Amino acid sequence: MTALVEVSDLSVRFVTREATVHAVNGVSFSVRPGEVLCILGESGSGKSVTLRAMMRLLPPRRTRIDGTIRIDGQDVLALDKRRLRELRGGLVSMIFQEPMTALDPVYTIGTQITETVMRHKGNGRSAARARALELLELVKIPEAERRLANYPHELSGGLRQRAMIAMALSCGPRLLLADEPTTALDATVQIQVLILLRRLQRELGMGTIFVTHDLGVASEIADRIAVMYAGRIVEEGPVADVLRAPMHPYTQGLLASTVHGQSRDGEIEAIPGSPPDMRRLPSGCAFAPRCIHAQPACRTTMPEPRWPSPDRMARCVRIDDAALVAAE
Amino acid sequence: MSQTATLPIAGLNDDAPPALRVRGYWANVGHRLRHDPVTLCFAAVVLLIVLMAIFAPLLAPFDPYKESVVLRLKPFGYRGHTLGTDELGRDLLSRLIYGARSSLLMGLVPVCIATALGGTLGVIGGFAGRRVNAIIMRTMDVFYAFPSVLLAVAISGAMGGGMANGMAALALVFIPAMCRVAETATAQVRSLDFIEAARATGAGRLAIVRYHVLGNVLGPVFIYASSLVSVSILLASGLSFLGLGVKPPTPDWGLMLSTLRQSIYIVPLSCALPGAAIFVTSICFNLVSDGIRSAMDVRL
Repeated sequence: MTALVEVSDLSVRFVTREATVHAVNGVSFSVRPGEVLCILGESGSGKSVTLRAMMRLLPPRRTRIDGTIRIDGQDVLALDKRRLRELRGGLVSMIFQEPMTALDPVYTIGTQITETVMRHKGNGRSAARARALELLELVKIPEAERRLANYPHELSGGLRQRAMIAMALSCGPRLLLADEPTTALDATVQIQVLILLRRLQRELGMGTIFVTHDLGVASEIADRIAVMYAGRIVEEGPVADVLRAPMHPYTQGLLASTVHGQSRDGEIEAIPGSPPDMRRLPSGCAFAPRCIHAQPACRTTMPEPRWPSPDRMARCVRIDDAALVAAE
Repeated sequence: MSQTATLPIAGLNDDAPPALRVRGYWANVGHRLRHDPVTLCFAAVVLLIVLMAIFAPLLAPFDPYKESVVLRLKPFGYRGHTLGTDELGRDLLSRLIYGARSSLLMGLVPVCIATALGGTLGVIGGFAGRRVNAIIMRTMDVFYAFPSVLLAVAISGAMGGGMANGMAALALVFIPAMCRVAETATAQVRSLDFIEAARATGAGRLAIVRYHVLGNVLGPVFIYASSLVSVSILLASGLSFLGLGVKPPTPDWGLMLSTLRQSIYIVPLSCALPGAAIFVTSICFNLVSDGIRSAMDVRL
């Protein structure tokens, strides 16, 4: 099967007069149609920037993007303005973290969805309105007919996020980009929205890239996981394998620092230190200063990706040892 | 791993409170205004003043221009002149009624011009950002350096008196303020998530400005404009008082205040009437604008 998304050696830098921020440094991944890739990482690891770069939503003046992004065969970075508008919302759409601020407060939910449908499909207003109703029903918003006339501030957080999902799905995208769509929600609502997303993703056969910092969320929704640290993917593989037998020390640290499954009295294990300054990245492995296994070689050159098995990748010099440890 | 995905979907709707308030935005604003007696009262007064200006020929008991040497500065109720006469023997009530016309025009027209021009410049500056914004806003800052009354006097003094010039001068005074309000509102809206969300659904620049920016900026701009009306009425009266706005013998409250001033020891009450008319009109506009502002605030 050919890939829906093919990102290779993507790097994104934000250039200002004072400093250059190296937000993404050579990221490569691919997503097959109907597959869910979860990009996992803490804040500032470049995961949201990667997502925005895929839709070219970053401010063009201050941003330098290198590498290639191909979505459904189209070279996204080379598209002209008109093609880009067709791609956005048509082939690819995006769900944002904060449903309160990502919906326009002065228009009703119905108006906003209708407007988006009309923009892409060129339908008349009444046909677009009917489609909006259909979409609200698809995302299981109760009393959809009446909800169309609601303003975003009149809806609960969960309903707002559903409305946003409805808007993102309005033109039948083949790729859904989700930027921490459940982070701003209560735990109970969070799981409902996740179930909904998973169901819609399967029914509609969308490829999905799901960005999150929440391991639990990732384990619920992902087929594959890519762990990002300091703008690089440090480990990638099928979700079960990565969570069961993490290879990269950073992933191991992440898994160890969850609150679940730790004794109440014991200290919660946290990764020592803090993420690096993205303006002055070390020349070697960015995680080396925090890594308990770091060797002198780690500090001089960035380890190349290693593939212990065809569908698993990790960027660590210790990878052979780690694979051995996992095998034991 | 995926055991949660097979959970019954029935529990999905638990977070949904019943859809109660399903009123459109404007219906909502109307509803709030109807339950605001203070605003309603003052709106009624504004409406009366507007009607008075429109139907002035029907309401005025005398010709406001007809002078009479024998009837100069007569007290209230003198021979059918309910509010007496002015220093040229013209009926004061008629002149007050006709005076509403120029006052309202001078109050509304400059604000409309300033809203259209200043608002447009502000939205362009706020959305384009950087260089365009700097050019527009720094130009506006030059106008800001002068106190508004002084600027209005200077401009209409330079262009000569007359109603049209007075309006143009007032419009020029209001454009920078209007521009700044529109620019601030636009710049705030521009950085919000829903603009990015709109871009992510394929909206072009023009569609974003027309739909999302205008939709969010028109509210504050309109509210600010309505509060400027009373300022404009006051400034216009001031210009007329100084002989820079409306030219005699046209009935105008500011002008009347100026000419009656000389007779303050003979008919003190008559002198106060145009001032009272200016005060009532401008405070009513102000309070109505306040009421509309609170009714239009979605978040309340």
